[in-house]
Amino acid sequence: MLVYLIRRLVNVVAMLLVVSAVTFGIFFMVPKLTGTDPALLYVGKIADKVAVEGIRHKMGLDKSIVEQYFLFLKGLFVGRDYSTGVDITHCSAPCFGYSFKTEQEVWPVLLDRLGVTASLAAGAATLWLVFGTATGVVSALRRRTLLDRFTMTTALAGVSLPIYFTGMLASAIFVYQLGWFPHDYVNLGDDPVAWFQNLVLPWVTLAFLYAATYARLTRATLLEVLGEDYIRTARAKGLGERTVIGKHAMRSTLTPILTVFGMDLGALIGGAVLTESTFNFRGLGYEAVSAVSSSDLPVIMGVTLFAGFFIIIANLLVDVLYAVVDPRVRLA
Amino acid sequence: MTTPTETTGSARPEAATAAPAKRIQGRSPGRIAWDRLKRDKVALAGGTVVLLLILAAIFAPVLTALFGHPVDEPHPDQINPDLGLPKGAFGGMSGDFLLGVDPTFGRDVFSRILYGAQISLTVAFLAAGVSVLIGVVLGAAAGYFGGWVDAAISRVMDVLLAFPQLLFSIALVSVMPNSLLGLGGTALRMGILVLVIGFFGWPYIGRIVRGQALSLREREFVDAARSLGAGSIHILFRELLPNLVAPILVYTTLIIPTNILSEAALSFLGAGVKPPTPSWGQMLSEATRIYQADPTYMVVPGLAIFVTVLAFNLFGDGLRDALDPKGN
Repeated sequence: MLVYLIRRLVNVVAMLLVVSAVTFGIFFMVPKLTGTDPALLYVGKIADKVAVEGIRHKMGLDKSIVEQYFLFLKGLFVGRDYSTGVDITHCSAPCFGYSFKTEQEVWPVLLDRLGVTASLAAGAATLWLVFGTATGVVSALRRRTLLDRFTMTTALAGVSLPIYFTGMLASAIFVYQLGWFPHDYVNLGDDPVAWFQNLVLPWVTLAFLYAATYARLTRATLLEVLGEDYIRTARAKGLGERTVIGKHAMRSTLTPILTVFGMDLGALIGGAVLTESTFNFRGLGYEAVSAVSSSDLPVIMGVTLFAGFFIIIANLLVDVLYAVVDPRVRLA
Repeated sequence: MTTPTETTGSARPEAATAAPAKRIQGRSPGRIAWDRLKRDKVALAGGTVVLLLILAAIFAPVLTALFGHPVDEPHPDQINPDLGLPKGAFGGMSGDFLLGVDPTFGRDVFSRILYGAQISLTVAFLAAGVSVLIGVVLGAAAGYFGGWVDAAISRVMDVLLAFPQLLFSIALVSVMPNSLLGLGGTALRMGILVLVIGFFGWPYIGRIVRGQALSLREREFVDAARSLGAGSIHILFRELLPNLVAPILVYTTLIIPTNILSEAALSFLGAGVKPPTPSWGQMLSEATRIYQADPTYMVVPGLAIFVTVLAFNLFGDGLRDALDPKGN
């Protein structure tokens, strides 16, 4: 188990390095290829040559791309200094650099936005995991009944609906027509009740979309598992249906669901781009979209890396959980 | 579906024991699948809608000439100048403007939906083509060769799946230049969308194909081909690929709706084709500003996406069931 964990951790670090190198390469190479100068993005188009050169030197943009990448990595782990020759700005680890637009450090902004996105993701994930799998199990056990058909039709519809459409539709009805919910994000610490009220609609909308996928997946997997020999064995030795389903079948049904759940949750914490844009929540995804529209490379880099980090970590957790859930998985 | 053992089915024991009065007719696996699909009414309905949508997109110029107005033609007389919203109720729907007019300009929504379908379907199909091409070649190679080839390709797939795709796509699209390789405007944008969406889609196909190739390469017919002196390329494309047609077909059908959603999402976030070229996601994005006052303009493109994606999903599900040799 320990060896497995260490091997996986090494793997995680390697994956993160690859993700960061590719992200860095693309976002700092493409402007070069298309002839836009990152230093110009910092200071604006009207700046004089001396100022541009100063920024280029300060940000290390005059160095080779490989050197820049290593400086970036160094900044992430131990922090780095930006020096103009006269004054020195220290950016402590983890340093994601400075935003082109606001000239603020990227890291504190990321942390701040993470709260919004995590609130959104955590609530929605709980809802969709519980309702999605429950619906799937009921549907599989009542196969070919009216209930099964109804839930599966709803689920298929849910899979086919884009979140920005259902989100707007839900807001149009429940916020603007009926006035049941307010529509601005409030921090948990400021006012927990308002925080909750604001999040109910986004949670439900987001969870509906994912619950649909999970219901379909759970139903299909459980039906397949129920056809396996060890289930027949369990029944043959006289176990009750409740034990057969709950203890034997559900264990291996949960494995693929966990895989998808890890990926989905990781991706969502890294920025629920569409949901945040729809409901106007200033989370990581919202930040990324506005950074893209203003070509704010360090912020785009920051969010992308941050998101990749969450996906990879979530996958690691899932792999470890496998061994707990499914007795057939032995880690070596 | 076309496993080689089944194609030698002429000498099956059932044929010998069957009543001599009734001739047993052999049915090819493709025929069996088609018969199953014909009985699946839901899948057929999905397929019909898909076909109609494709026709509507192809004949968009004809349809707009018959029932609509030129796609970029503004109709300021349809707009309330104070609010910038359509004058008539339900987004200005009328006999003249079947699906109403868009805010600010008063352009015909019916025409814009049809032309949006062109963009949406073209990008979705071409991107699916890109995914299938890369996914099949690399997936089959990984599964068939194994060893370091498999390790390398699988690792690349893992990394790609770990990428925050949507974020990355919008960022990538936004740093692309406005003209490249002699292409410009809408064509270039569509090309970029196709490549970005297709590129992030291939690991899904690649994984499936790899798994299938992994089990197929141990089969006798591969040994037979090899002992007859067939090279790796021949075995990959002539022996393995025909056996992979069914899963590839199914996943292509199922990746198209995903691509439609991706294209719409990118357009919604402003990384799709540039206005005034219409696209469904972009219409929804415009609708965010005004849907409190005029929900119709949000509902029409939203329903267009919904119906299209649902139709493809229904057809894909049906196709999967029909091609599944275990099905009954």
